[in-house]
Amino acid sequence: MSPDIVPLISKALGETVYMVFVAMIIATIIGIPLGVLLHTTAKHQILECMPLNRVLAAVVNAVRSIPFIILMVAIIPFTRFVVNTSIGTTAAMVPLIIASIPFIARQVETSIKEVPEGVVEAAEAMGASPLQIIWHVMLPEARASIAAQLTTVIISLVGESAMAGAIGGGGLGDLAIRYGYQRFRADVMLATVIVLIILVQLVQFAGNRIAKTLDKR
Amino acid sequence: MIELKGIEKTYAGEDGPVHALKGIDLTIQTGEIYGIIGLSGAGKSTLIRCINMLERPTKGQVIIDGRDMTKLSESELRKARKEIGMIFQHFNLLSSSTVYENVAFPLRLAHMDEAEIQKKVMPLLELVGLSGKAHQYPAQLSGGQKQRVGIARALASGPKILLCDEATSALDPQTTKSILGLIQDINQKMHLTVVVITHEMQVIKDICDKVAVIDGGVIAEKGTVLDVFTNPQQPLTKEFISVLLSNDLPAAFRGGEVSDTPVPGSYLLVRLTFIGDSADDPVLAGMIRENPDVETTMLFGNLDQIKRTPYGRMIVGMTGEPAAIDRALSYLKSKNLSMEMIGYVKRREVSGDVA
Repeated sequence: MSPDIVPLISKALGETVYMVFVAMIIATIIGIPLGVLLHTTAKHQILECMPLNRVLAAVVNAVRSIPFIILMVAIIPFTRFVVNTSIGTTAAMVPLIIASIPFIARQVETSIKEVPEGVVEAAEAMGASPLQIIWHVMLPEARASIAAQLTTVIISLVGESAMAGAIGGGGLGDLAIRYGYQRFRADVMLATVIVLIILVQLVQFAGNRIAKTLDKR
Repeated sequence: MIELKGIEKTYAGEDGPVHALKGIDLTIQTGEIYGIIGLSGAGKSTLIRCINMLERPTKGQVIIDGRDMTKLSESELRKARKEIGMIFQHFNLLSSSTVYENVAFPLRLAHMDEAEIQKKVMPLLELVGLSGKAHQYPAQLSGGQKQRVGIARALASGPKILLCDEATSALDPQTTKSILGLIQDINQKMHLTVVVITHEMQVIKDICDKVAVIDGGVIAEKGTVLDVFTNPQQPLTKEFISVLLSNDLPAAFRGGEVSDTPVPGSYLLVRLTFIGDSADDPVLAGMIRENPDVETTMLFGNLDQIKRTPYGRMIVGMTGEPAAIDRALSYLKSKNLSMEMIGYVKRREVSGDVA
């Protein structure tokens, strides 16, 4: 094993973590409210509004049906518009966020759907407003499930961030392609794969722990 | 006072409209415990949800203390709902909040400050007997304890009305008794008007002052529990009551032919119902003493309570000269009890193992 491998890996890991972390935070901030809207505007829900619900669902489905590698290339003009460049780690974050928002929204919608209707009805009977129901009933009751779902999103973000290496996004995927594949550095390839496995294991472990702590059912 | 006037509720079903309620009129007086009983699908849950507008009636008025709930705006309705507590069959507690937080929930919705919330929650937990469980989560409680949390939560905002939607249907009989006792206690201490939805006549009998029997979206029968119990008019009502009251004759008389006229060697069977103080009177002893020539045999006897009123039921068999029997019957008629002739039945020889 050559000595350059440690700095190579640690720099790439830093980039991956940075991409995933920032993309996850921004996507969550937008994705959770979107998921709440997907659920609450549906039929017989507290903010029933079928036209809005249909539009949201269509947009979410449309974005989710585009494979990430295509999405990444397809939105290059948009990326350039937002971050003034289409290459580099920061540029790679834009498609990562765009791809994660609908994913998170659907996952959050599923989690909130699991909250028993009776609990929502009880809050309505106590005179809670729709916003109070979302904030005090739906989100807290779904929090363990949301934590578990977000863990899945983070893990798929790690995978997508590796693809982002293809547009010079940096990170572990980029390293594995440039060194492991193009320069025949089997040691770099192996090290990258091991680091990725450990990273995903850690994320899953932490996610499970958090979900378990939050779950009082 | 709650007045329901011409309540109708129609849902859009898959095979055309479903008429859940077809014109319900009901008046519930302040301080009363009013029971609404029906089979599942009779519309009773829809009806109780019309009182706090969780379900909007398609037609009709819901008037609570002179105000028509169907005419309120969303924000007025939310305010009005704070004066109506509700408890549920499946408790519907927040699983992610402690007992304390669950009871504090309606107060937080009203933006009450922390110190004031504590001043309200602790006595409520004491009232329902859960002071020691304040920091536990619902999952750690038994069904009865969960319903106690539900009751404390329903009372937190100081309501005038308590709606109970099958509140004891998921509980075992002993827990049911203690929860019903608590509801009755609260009704008296806080002068709360209570509306109880149930499919169990036992619940009606134990705590209700009045009852309405609902069937197919209409009220089949209503009145005081005592009247409906002792003199049911509708077959459905009789069926509900028969679950509680065994009317079986002893084996020696069962299955025999019942005739309206005396048959040699037969017994005249009479069902006697005593209500209130007369349940304690030695009526039967008096009748036997004054009519020694009538052979009287006691076939069935039971003393029960409807809410707090003693309520006795008896089946006696009499045999003797027709004139003597008439004298015995007129003695009974002069007493404060209701009497129903079953008919003349011959006694049969049965072996002990025939049930």
